[in-house]
Amino acid sequence: MADGTSVDDEAGAARFAQLLADEQRVEPTDWMPEGYRKTLVRQISQHAHSEIIGMQPEGNWITRAPSLKRKAILMAKVQDEAGHGLYLYSAAQTLGTDRDTMFEQLITGKAKYSSIFNYTTPTWADMGSIGWLVDGAAICNQVPLCRASYGPYARAMVRICKEESFHQRQGFEILLTLMRGTEEQRAMAQESVNRWYAPALMMFGPPDDDSPNSKQSMAWNIKRFSNDDLRQRFVDMLVPQAEILGVTLPDPAIKWNEERGHYDFGDLDWAEFHEVLAGRGPANSIRVARRRQAHEDGAWVREAARAYADARADERLAS
Amino acid sequence: MTSPGESGGRETWPLWEVFVRSSRGLSHVHAGSLHAPDEIMAVRNARDLYTRRAEGVSIWVVPASAITASDPDARGAFFESPQGKEYRHATYYTESDSVPHL
Repeated sequence: MADGTSVDDEAGAARFAQLLADEQRVEPTDWMPEGYRKTLVRQISQHAHSEIIGMQPEGNWITRAPSLKRKAILMAKVQDEAGHGLYLYSAAQTLGTDRDTMFEQLITGKAKYSSIFNYTTPTWADMGSIGWLVDGAAICNQVPLCRASYGPYARAMVRICKEESFHQRQGFEILLTLMRGTEEQRAMAQESVNRWYAPALMMFGPPDDDSPNSKQSMAWNIKRFSNDDLRQRFVDMLVPQAEILGVTLPDPAIKWNEERGHYDFGDLDWAEFHEVLAGRGPANSIRVARRRQAHEDGAWVREAARAYADARADERLAS
Repeated sequence: MTSPGESGGRETWPLWEVFVRSSRGLSHVHAGSLHAPDEIMAVRNARDLYTRRAEGVSIWVVPASAITASDPDARGAFFESPQGKEYRHATYYTESDSVPHL
């Protein structure tokens, strides 16, 4: 056809539209618009990168966690994050981008990941704040993704959400334990919450009127709720939880709004968000450098394992 | 024909599909995929990746490249045969609805 589309494309496009209209899932072998494929590869690989980079701020505390139990829990959590990264890389791979390419994009700094992991974790209480606030925000974001239109992504998210709830609870418990402790421990918990609260709220992305891709993602049934809706939902959950903990959320504008049936809250510093996203956060360069070093240091292991597998295959052929 | 999940490219390690049996008496069910240099490492990686919370008592791994799939573009014709053959289902026979144990 003159506009470059084929009859197959047209039939495929009609089928794709019908699948979305019927709230059905799109599977890897289905026809899909190039933009849908690209959006998904970008979103899923960024999500995978976030899980992998997200291992670092917590890995930082494994050797210093205050008890053997806390060490074991933290290791399990970091291992989960590696697993979540792998589920997501597999899902992205079904769209035709291989994992080694995605790895390369991460370690060369071409790919983005959640800007939250570019903040540092100077105190033990940060393990609590990450679990409660960061994983809490992630869950809020991820539960609707279990219904995303792309089958492999949705299935990965179901598995991730199931595992993620332990992460949030363990974080809450760390903070609760500190809040029941000494004056110094309570101060440590509060100081940590003060640092993580706003960045966690920014995890939902820019305000709706400044989020150009959201509309298309919602039309494609990838995104189910707007950034601001999810952020509101999160704040509504946080306020009563903060009361139970006995911490103060660092926003004097938080106030119950009877008319809206939601908590009002103050504006966030989006200039900071864009700075961190642009690579100028507290830990951007160290996170990527460490990931690259781990990848390069592991090269000989991957090669040796491959050589061993090849040699065994040759032996089997010869016998 | 490409295998499901296989993206080709220039991977260091091949892709494996993983099937997990959650308990005795149930089938192995597809859990996902992973990369591994050989079948031994694939089984170990599958254990670490898909059974961290005792989700399985047995694992199968299959090279993704060894799976042959039906042609997705021909699914209409390929799965046509059962169409219109509702009489293959018990629910087709409504005369016996009120008869017990039937």
